[in-house]
Amino acid sequence: MSAVKKTLVVEQLKRNQMNELLSKGKRIDGRNLSETRALHIYPNVIGKAEGSARVQLGNTEVIAGVKVNLGSPFPDTPDKGLLIVSAEVLPLASPYAEPGPPDENSIELARVVDRGIRESGMIDVSELVLVPGKHVYAVFADVSILNVDGNLFDATSYAVVAALMTTKISKYELNADGVPVKTQEKIPLPIQTVPISSTVARIGEFLVTDPTAEEEAVMDARITLVADDRGNICAGQKGEPGVLTPDQVLTAANTARLKGDEIRAILRQDLENVATG
Amino acid sequence: MGKQGADSSALLNEQGLRLDGRKIDELRPIKIEVGMLRNADGSAYIEFGKNKIMAAVYGPKEVHPKHSALPDKSVLRCRYHMSPFSTDERKNPAPSRREIEISKVIREALEPALLLEDYPRTAIDVFVEVLQSDGGSRCAGINAASVALADAGINMKDLVAACAAGKVAGKVVIDVDDTEDKEGQADLPIALMPATNQVTLLQLDGQLNDEEFKTAFNYAMDGCKKLYELQRQALIGKYFGKNGKDGSE
Repeated sequence: MSAVKKTLVVEQLKRNQMNELLSKGKRIDGRNLSETRALHIYPNVIGKAEGSARVQLGNTEVIAGVKVNLGSPFPDTPDKGLLIVSAEVLPLASPYAEPGPPDENSIELARVVDRGIRESGMIDVSELVLVPGKHVYAVFADVSILNVDGNLFDATSYAVVAALMTTKISKYELNADGVPVKTQEKIPLPIQTVPISSTVARIGEFLVTDPTAEEEAVMDARITLVADDRGNICAGQKGEPGVLTPDQVLTAANTARLKGDEIRAILRQDLENVATG
Repeated sequence: MGKQGADSSALLNEQGLRLDGRKIDELRPIKIEVGMLRNADGSAYIEFGKNKIMAAVYGPKEVHPKHSALPDKSVLRCRYHMSPFSTDERKNPAPSRREIEISKVIREALEPALLLEDYPRTAIDVFVEVLQSDGGSRCAGINAASVALADAGINMKDLVAACAAGKVAGKVVIDVDDTEDKEGQADLPIALMPATNQVTLLQLDGQLNDEEFKTAFNYAMDGCKKLYELQRQALIGKYFGKNGKDGSE
């Protein structure tokens, strides 16, 4: 059940201005329709976490931390490690955010980001097993939203991906009694692909990539699609009570593939810059 | 969940038939009943393969709490819930994160079809209860909920029909069931307003390349159109009798 919540309201004058600009192929912040905002990724910002990254996408800012411990596998997947993504919009992130248990928007955000990482097979969870059915690595990627300015889906996804790519976990080994013990050795996660999420908003007849909070306040519908590095689409979610035509869906799929390559390059570059100092 | 590298060769035999004997473009058997709940303003029951789902609509009605009312239109609220006995392992009756997300996407899938501005300061509640689940329950639930909304006499632009497509054993197929969803490679549920050909729900779990995405998307839209016909027949059956005559009580 949903309750009506406080949300950003964009004045009618500004709406008109936005629509007028859109019809000229421009947006209110000067971008063209398919342009994403500046993306900055700062990895390893939290020393105590096994992996972390702070991401700025325009004014949207999020931080992801990865913690890893040894846990028990789910009964139906005894030979697979655990990978759990969660996300929370902190009350300090926006005048419209409120403390309390996660609402449906936060739950959707975390689940869609989780789906992209999981379904792309980014982490080979079958390698995160110490004793099948008993001891597996449990990888928790938790995201805190620090500043809300639209497109939380993509910013959150980039932060989790970057944090996972920089993660080094303590290796466990079994001692003589078969009890797992932590060793000093640090190993990276078994990464197979780099999934990139791309969100497109429909405002009237126009599709805009990487919407701001203002654009989200006036959008009719939203679609998020996640592409892996072989050009497969591996997760998706349409949101908001508006419709999309079949053509708009296929356009969004194309955008996801193109933007995927573009963003993946930025991400790799930012991580490399840090690695090489 | 387990879509990564599961042995899925058994899902499609040499004749190209699926585990339950269906062809790749064949829907499961579907039955829709209208108005079986006495208290609800509108209701529908759907059997979609082994899925057994009830949908009920209450409203337009007074809003509680009052401050959540909207001055210019009705508030659509939606609850998707699975009964504890609907699954192999008992499901905790408390709403899970999955159910909260599905409630949200079902609401957003139905809302474009409703003329909510005809009912300002009211609420319309849609309850979708999964009595037995078998994969594709959100789509089946949307089909039932849409018929229930029509049965409640809510003004609508169109019915919303939903159907999934997916990928099992390397082939794109329509309407994945529970086993195919778990062992298969992808699941793409879609909801459509067929009269205007507008997509109101789209989710994707699993990997599809460019060609497969297009094929699956078209399969799912074809499925929606078949569902639309069944929804229409169910409503016509209730309100005009099975043969098109007035068969009302």
